[in-house]
Amino acid sequence: MLEFRLKAYRQWLKMTEPDWARVGYPAIDYQDIVYYSAPKVSAKKKSLEEVDPELLDTFEKLGISLSEQKRLTNVAVDAIFDSVSVATTFKEKLAKDGVIFCSFAEAVKEHPELVKKYLGSVVPVGDNYFAALNSAVFSDGSFVYIPKGVKCPMELSTYFRINNGDSGQFERTLIVAEEGSQVSYLEGCTAPMFDTNQLHAAVVELVALDHADIKYSTVQNWYAGDANGKGGIYNFVTKRGLCQGINSKISWTQVETGSAITWKYPSCVLVGDNSVGEFYSVALTNHHQQADTGTKMIHVGKNTRSTIISKGISAGQSRNSYRGLVKISPNAKGARNYSQCDSMLIGDNAQANTFPYIQVQNNLGKVEHEASTSKIGEDQLFYFSQRGISPEDAISMMISGFCKDVFNQLPMEFAVEADRLLSLKLEGSVG
Amino acid sequence: MISENSEVILSVRNLTANVEDTPILKGLNLEIKAGEIHAIMGPNGSGKSTFSKILAGHPAYEVTGGEVIFRGQNLLEMEPDDRAKSGVFLAFQYPLEIPGVSNVDFLRVSYNAKRKHNGLEELDAFDFDDLVQSKLELLKMDAAFLSRSVNEGFSGGEKKRNEILQMALLEPKLGILDEIDSGLDIDALKIVANGVNALKSSDNATLMITHYQRLLDYIIPDFVHVMEGGRILTTGGKELALELEARGYDWVREEEVAAR
Repeated sequence: MLEFRLKAYRQWLKMTEPDWARVGYPAIDYQDIVYYSAPKVSAKKKSLEEVDPELLDTFEKLGISLSEQKRLTNVAVDAIFDSVSVATTFKEKLAKDGVIFCSFAEAVKEHPELVKKYLGSVVPVGDNYFAALNSAVFSDGSFVYIPKGVKCPMELSTYFRINNGDSGQFERTLIVAEEGSQVSYLEGCTAPMFDTNQLHAAVVELVALDHADIKYSTVQNWYAGDANGKGGIYNFVTKRGLCQGINSKISWTQVETGSAITWKYPSCVLVGDNSVGEFYSVALTNHHQQADTGTKMIHVGKNTRSTIISKGISAGQSRNSYRGLVKISPNAKGARNYSQCDSMLIGDNAQANTFPYIQVQNNLGKVEHEASTSKIGEDQLFYFSQRGISPEDAISMMISGFCKDVFNQLPMEFAVEADRLLSLKLEGSVG
Repeated sequence: MISENSEVILSVRNLTANVEDTPILKGLNLEIKAGEIHAIMGPNGSGKSTFSKILAGHPAYEVTGGEVIFRGQNLLEMEPDDRAKSGVFLAFQYPLEIPGVSNVDFLRVSYNAKRKHNGLEELDAFDFDDLVQSKLELLKMDAAFLSRSVNEGFSGGEKKRNEILQMALLEPKLGILDEIDSGLDIDALKIVANGVNALKSSDNATLMITHYQRLLDYIIPDFVHVMEGGRILTTGGKELALELEARGYDWVREEEVAAR
């Protein structure tokens, strides 16, 4: 592990911060970040009963009840506070099927061969500035391994929370789905309010072997800063999935509502023939938030297919950009891509941009791109009002309609949560 | 049908209003009783459409004076959605397109908002569907309209029919039709007019705003008002509309000046 970190650190020192994204922020002092922060009580607990009641309380307030999840629903949860994983539920039950779901620190200790084989195999240490930083300093995260032919019996989920005012969070998630296996994974992120900015530079790697299917959903609600743009998380994340096997499938669904700045491009490298990559995204920005997000679909194998559905909602003085690359390599005969990028503007001062990059290197590929821009204005709201529908309900109906294609991809209970979250975020943004 | 004892639905006294500091209404008076159909005619820029939007509570207009009493309540103090739920309906001259929201959802939420306001239980999707089917027939609309997004990609005539469909569902006490005839061919005009006539009863009222006498052949008004410069210049019966059609508006102006 040390070698891996040192290699990454040396590469990071030689790299410069990327500046091509359509976001602006003051320079980050990387010496001033707390790279490891643990909740004050001793870190790892065997069962939920032993977890500090205060932590559980925090989760309750967030509407994420670990104990309730454990009792009632079919979701296994790994909770990560600042830099360490504090609780993982349902471990024993999952182990019966051979599914490994644990914190990253634990995986390094107990499954070193798997970690060694796959860590950095999708996102190399020197991939980009923030990934290199993460590789050098990452503390904890989640590790998932689904053995051959196993359909994971429940949703797996991780909740991340940054509690320390000066800390960065550098977690790492690695999911490996063996031949013919299936898993659905959901991550949720929150952070309390601070006047300072915190850096979140995570790396997520997914590996899907032959006929494997990984579905990865994110509901991101990091603190976005106040209405004047003070404070908030810098969310600079590298997420990439490798469809290594034939007929494999990786699907990303993200609902991005938080963070002062989001810089994130969950991508699929479609190596296996007939493999499928999907990206469904809703990105909402309000006040002074900035988001530059999208995906990369790299078609390498034959007859690979990808779908991109991106919905950007910009309110206040925010900036919201879609940036996506579709690349059809010379050998990717018969590859197909369909992209749809829709933007919705609320009010007169928000910005929406779309930057699609398309590279087609053989003449048997097919790429389609559609884009639209719409606006929620005073007149539309008046129309709703005149039919007896309050402005709040009107916005929520229009946003739900706009995001329908993406929310349909989320697990049911999270779709409802996401819908509510968006309405909450937009409260008072019109009129 | 009209009697002296009918309920006063709308009473407007000396109404003045601005848009971006420019006076548009300059002392407008109007009284509408239950069972009556009124038509306001007038040249472009006379303030007709503004008046309809002010009644509905459009935020772009500022009322600077006068009063509007709707069934005993001060309408100007009510929020636009409360006005709607209390029975003021505006059929828009240019109905808005709402992408992503299906027509049937829009209609149901609107209908249930009103039911809730009246202390009634909300209708579920199935019962609502039965109700809306019966209203579709009135306007000769295909059920396919329900699953499409509100007004998105509708032709001009389809949008206007959709407005009257909403009116048929909401059964307002005061239906305001802002140039409901514009952009309609004669067949569509007949369908829309039939819809409006079918909704007429002794306890509601209709206010039409139009440029053309043609509409008034199909929806016959009890009163015709001529509006210019933000005021009503003269009022008459339905024959006034025919006279306007034949002679234009100038003579009304001249008579008004002479009478001063």
